[in-house]
Parts: sequence; C-alpha cells; structure tokens
Amino acid sequence: MSTLEVPTENWAGRVQEVKLGGNGRKSIVVGGESTLPFLHFEGSIPNRPAIAIEIQDIEPGDWSPHLLSAWGDAIKNPVSWAKKAVEYGADLIALRLRSAHPEQENTGAKEAEQVVDKVLNAVDLPLMVLGPEVIEKDNEVLLAISELARGQRIALGNCIDKNYRAIAASCLANGHVAIAKAPNDVNLSKQLNILLHEVGLPLDSILDDPTTGSLGYGLEYTYSVIERLRLACLTGDDMTAVPIICTAGEESWRQKESKAVGGIPTAWGEDEERAITWEALTATTLITAGANIVTLRHPKTVELVKQLSLMNHDIRR
Amino acid sequence: MLSGIEIYKYLPRTNCGECGFPTCLAFAMKVAQKQVEISLCPYLSEESREILEAAARPPIRLVTIGKDKKLEVGNETVLFRHEKTFYHQPGLVIRIEDTEPLDNVIQLVNEASDYSVERVGLKLGLDGFALANESKDADSFCKLVQAVHGNSDFPLILMSTEPTTMSRALDKVSQDRPLIHAATRDNWEKMAQLALAHQCPLAVSEPQGLIQLAELTASVNQKGVEDIILDPGSLGLSESVDTLTQLRRLAIKKNYRPLGYPVITFPGDSTNSIEEEAVLAAQYIAKYASVIVLDHFSPGTIYPLLTLRLNIYTDPQKPIQVAAGTYPINDPKETSPLAVTTDFSLTYFSVAGELQSSGLPSWLLVCNTGGLSVLTAWAAGKFTPTQIAKTVKQFDVAAKINHRSIIIPGYVAVIKGELEEELPDWTIMVGPREAMDIGSYLKQKWMTRISH
Repeated sequence: MSTLEVPTENWAGRVQEVKLGGNGRKSIVVGGESTLPFLHFEGSIPNRPAIAIEIQDIEPGDWSPHLLSAWGDAIKNPVSWAKKAVEYGADLIALRLRSAHPEQENTGAKEAEQVVDKVLNAVDLPLMVLGPEVIEKDNEVLLAISELARGQRIALGNCIDKNYRAIAASCLANGHVAIAKAPNDVNLSKQLNILLHEVGLPLDSILDDPTTGSLGYGLEYTYSVIERLRLACLTGDDMTAVPIICTAGEESWRQKESKAVGGIPTAWGEDEERAITWEALTATTLITAGANIVTLRHPKTVELVKQLSLMNHDIRR
Repeated sequence: MLSGIEIYKYLPRTNCGECGFPTCLAFAMKVAQKQVEISLCPYLSEESREILEAAARPPIRLVTIGKDKKLEVGNETVLFRHEKTFYHQPGLVIRIEDTEPLDNVIQLVNEASDYSVERVGLKLGLDGFALANESKDADSFCKLVQAVHGNSDFPLILMSTEPTTMSRALDKVSQDRPLIHAATRDNWEKMAQLALAHQCPLAVSEPQGLIQLAELTASVNQKGVEDIILDPGSLGLSESVDTLTQLRRLAIKKNYRPLGYPVITFPGDSTNSIEEEAVLAAQYIAKYASVIVLDHFSPGTIYPLLTLRLNIYTDPQKPIQVAAGTYPINDPKETSPLAVTTDFSLTYFSVAGELQSSGLPSWLLVCNTGGLSVLTAWAAGKFTPTQIAKTVKQFDVAAKINHRSIIIPGYVAVIKGELEEELPDWTIMVGPREAMDIGSYLKQKWMTRISH
C-alpha cells in the first residue's frame, strides 16, 4: 500500500479575478481560484480572501460598546476612522454612507461626494462604498460618487434587481465594480449576474453579495448558497464565476449575542469574548464556504480572520 | 451502495415469501432503499451474505464513545450539507491534563458537565472529557481518570501512548466504553489488544501522512478492532480543511475502507490562544471533524461554537418550525397586546424570547409560512395581508382580546395599508424590525396607547 489516490475533481471553471484600486492607489485582486477553499491538494488559490474594515460616514449611535471602546475617538470622523482601519490591517475600506438614510440625516449627493473625496485622499487602500440601502438614496449617492472616483476602481453597492441598470452603466462609464446583492438564493444571484452581463458589465467588474446571515441567524443558508455558487462556477457556469463578498461584521454585531451588555443568561459567557467570537466564527465559516471578501468591524476579529485568510492562499505564511 | 437489481442477483430467486415480501425482487428493492435488513432472507448463502453486508456498510463507520451518556459519531454520507444533510454532529470535548491539581479538575468537570445553554428551544451542551497523561506517570493518570469518572457521567477519552498505563486506567472505567487514544506505529498491537479485551473504541494516531495512517488502521482492523477513530495529527489552519476533505472524499467517493472512520481533532495543538482555537474548531465543525477536543472551557467561546454546530448540522431540507397558532406570553389578559410573526423557529424564539423578557403580558400569533423568516416569507408570498388575515380568523384571535390592534414586524411595514383592507375593524401597528427592540417598543407605543 504505497500509493493512495485521493479523488480530485477536474474542475472546468475558475472564479473570475476582480481588481480593486490601482491607478495610483494600492490595488488588490480577489478571486481566481480553481478549487474550493483551502484545497491546496487540488487546485490553485492565487489570491487570499480580503478583509474589508467597515467604517461609516457618521458616528454610529447604536454600535456595541465593545466596538466603540476598540475604536475610541477614531470613529468620530470617517477620515480618522479610515486611517485607523489601515493601521489595524484592512486590505480595503468599506465605507457605509449611513447619513444618507432618510431616518438618519437624509444627506444627499453633495455630502456623499465630500466624504468619499476625503476618505480617498486620506488613505491609499482600495475603497468600497455602500449606500444606506434605501433604493432612491442609494442611486442618488452612488451615482454621484461613481463619477467623483472615476478611475480609482472602487466597489459600489448595493446593486440589486431594481437599480442594476443605473449602477452597471455608471460602473462601466467610470471603471468601477458593482456589488450585486441578491437575497440568499443561488438562482437569484446568478440571474442578477446575467442581467448585469447583458447590459454590458464584464464579469471582472462584479462581486456577488449573497446576503449574509450571521452565526445563529441564518448562517447555514448563506453557507450553503456560497458552496452551491462555488460548485456551479467550478463546474463551468460562468454566470456564477464572480468573487463573493459577505457583510459578516454588520450582521453579527446586529444580534443580541453581540450587543447585549448584561441581563443575559450566564451560559452566554463574557460579553466581549462572545461578541468577538460571534463575528470571528461568522467570518471563518463564510471563508470556509468560499467568500472572497469579508467586511468586519472589530480590530481583534480582523487580526484573527487575517491569520485564517493567509492560509487560503497558494503562498501560505 | 448496491441497487435493487444488483442485490437481487445474490438472492435465491425462489420467491418463497418467508421474508414477508411476495417476491425476491420486491425484497431486494426494499433492501436497496434500506427499509429492511438483508438478514430477513433465511436462504442466503454465506458468500452472498458477506458480499451484501460489506456493500451495505456505511462509508464512514458509526462509532459510539461512552455508554449511558454516549457520543455517536460518523455515518456521514455526503461532502456538502446541501446534498442531503450531516447526521452526527461532532462531539465538543474538553481536554484535562493529569498535571492539574485535582481540586481544579473537579471544579472544571462540574462546570463543564453542568453547562447548558438554550437556543431555539433546544438545550445545547458539551459531550465529554479527554484526559491526558501529560505527566507520563501512571498513578497520576489513574487518579485523574477516577476523579473525573466519579464526578461526571460524560463519555471519556483516555490519552496515553503507554499501554501499561492505559491498561490500568481501563481497569477502572472500561465498563463505560471510553475512547482509547491512541494506537501509534510503536504501540498498536498492544493497544489493539486492550481495545478488544475491554471492548472499547480505539483512536489510531499517525501524523506522517494518510498512506501511513491507512496502513496502521488496516493493521489494527486485522487484529479485530472495528470501532476506530482517525487522528491524522496536529493540523493548522492551512491543512485542516485540506486533510479532512481528502479523508472524507476517500471514504464517500471511493468507499476506501481503511480511512472510512470518524476523525478526532485537537485545534489547541496548533494554535496559540483561545480565540485562535475557536476559529480552527469552527473550521472543523464545518469541514468534517467528528470529535473536537478543546483546551479551553469558556462559555464566551463555547456558546458560539455550539451555535455554529447547530447551524451546520440543521437539516437543510427541513426548516425547524413551530406550529401556527396563538401563543400566550407572560399570562396575557384580554387587554394585552397582540403581535404577529412567522413560524420559522428562529424567528419565533427570538420574538417570543423578547416578549417574555419585556415582562409584559402579550399574545403572539404565528402564521404558517412553511418555516420562513419574516422577510423571506413576505418575499415568497407566504406572509401576505391575505395570509395574516386568514390566520387571525382561523385561530379566532378576536375572542381572546377586547381590543382590535395587531402589531406587524417592522420589516413588512409596506403591507400595512393592504392589511387594513383585509382586516377593516383593526388598527395595524408597525412594530420594530429587530426582535431585540420589541421590549422598548411595547413600553413606548403600547403603554402610551392604553393611557390615551
């Protein structure tokens, strides 16, 4: 018994490589793998999963005290926050334009341009800009900053079935990447990619956000959707062959398990330890399923997940 | 797995009917569907029986550790949970070394044995203790084993590579079927003898590679040991998924017997902190470990790990759901508020939990959506104004309350107008989006409403 033939798959497909940044800024490339995560015996993983640190354009009033104490005064304005995120090891910055939400400050295109301009000037990492997730406001702010950031190859989200034409056209015109978000369904993700492709947006300018469920709140759905998207892509379905992005931080820090301070069963354990583990396990599981970018909130989680990310790479350190 | 036709070829084909089925072919079909055992046929030749039993053996053996309170692992049939489901969730076990003072050990054993946390109506907890002969001293090891055995009914894993030490420990506790860890290339014959003599499962440890591991399990198996658990050695974040996927693929896709066993892992061996250990353990939960031995017991990481295990091992084809109907919370009266949500268990338990902890009495109406969360159910057309109105009437909610107000989840605020049309005598109130805001919502909106 001197040889052992481990079954390997002759995958026909590979994930599209998507580049962010460049043109004077630092750049990163995500995707490109020809196998499932960590399967070094089978295929190549030329780019490790990237870690985006989420920052917001206004000081978040509802964040957990554990996040607030980790960031300190830096979160009082997006520029100091972005700079701190660079220090904490972000591969890219995910800027949420929360002030544009009608229930927040209902700010518009002008304010969005100002803050994006400042952040672009303050740090040289690639940038991802997310709207407030209210469709009219998303379109207003995203289309404005798309022009402002022309050539800097930022990622713009969210691009959904209701606004994909406008976002795709703007990404094409200004050289950006669209974050295509579909509600936890393999076919809906694929369908949106097809729509984007049909209006001329190339696959190297699309990221799929399959909608993230956090640990304990639908993580298993996202996990299996990502695995199925990856298997579809590897078996040769081009329209599922784009890198996957997951909003792990936002989803896990929304939950009671992360937010609660006291008033919970002792079996839940120490608050900060549990909250950080909640985010770290959410991200770990999603990367193990096949996520190419995870957005995170806590610096300690960034450190932990980065160690994992470094191992999902041809060059392991 | 053999098809019905393939099984039929090995049957006597006499249609005697003694198995309870009219024809041999009908019987073969039932055997192929795993609805009956091949042993029901009284006229099967010895040769055919061996072939059929071997073919029916699961690709990954089911192994039981412990006796009264037991941990069953293995018997998995797929590589991806969406293909069917994962069946036997990995045991989460705490390792204790025999160099620890016994007083500390007993305190830890009591805390970890009693640890229980509730989630979606299920009680989650740990599964066992791994006792390590770190001191290399047989007396210390036996003392630890006896102390833990005397203070907990949890299944045990005995960790020593010294057969004489293992033999002494087994004399004390083998009636409760501990896992022997481990047979190595140096001690395997003696360890196999102990496993046979005490009828205990045996872990086979070989860090050199999968070929060497397969050779060792084959040798141990030839001695007659059937209940084997694989220990492929210390794996870091880069090798864990890689190695365990190879093992799972060899078992499932090639039905490769020498590695068709559950796998034990020690994430603490290749990590430097409790947080890193939890990250590696999380990977092992997702990808293919059957026993995960942890070096830390801390509820702040155990609770997330137990939650992850529950998530990954949920049957994807059967969403966990609760029955539709009206649920009383905190002993409600006819003046108490009424809220409506869906029958997805997670949704129900989140909402019911918050209503309960608000301390206010209330009624919770649960709609049948086939086990979907609020937004998903709404998007799928199963949590519509028509459905909600139908449920209100079906359970005669109006008879329980003297008001006509119903609180809908904030995520479906858009249906307010249409629901007003469906329920013309009712006031539709839009509640918060997240369950955790229900308490403050009730205090602000419902209490003020009453006072008006």
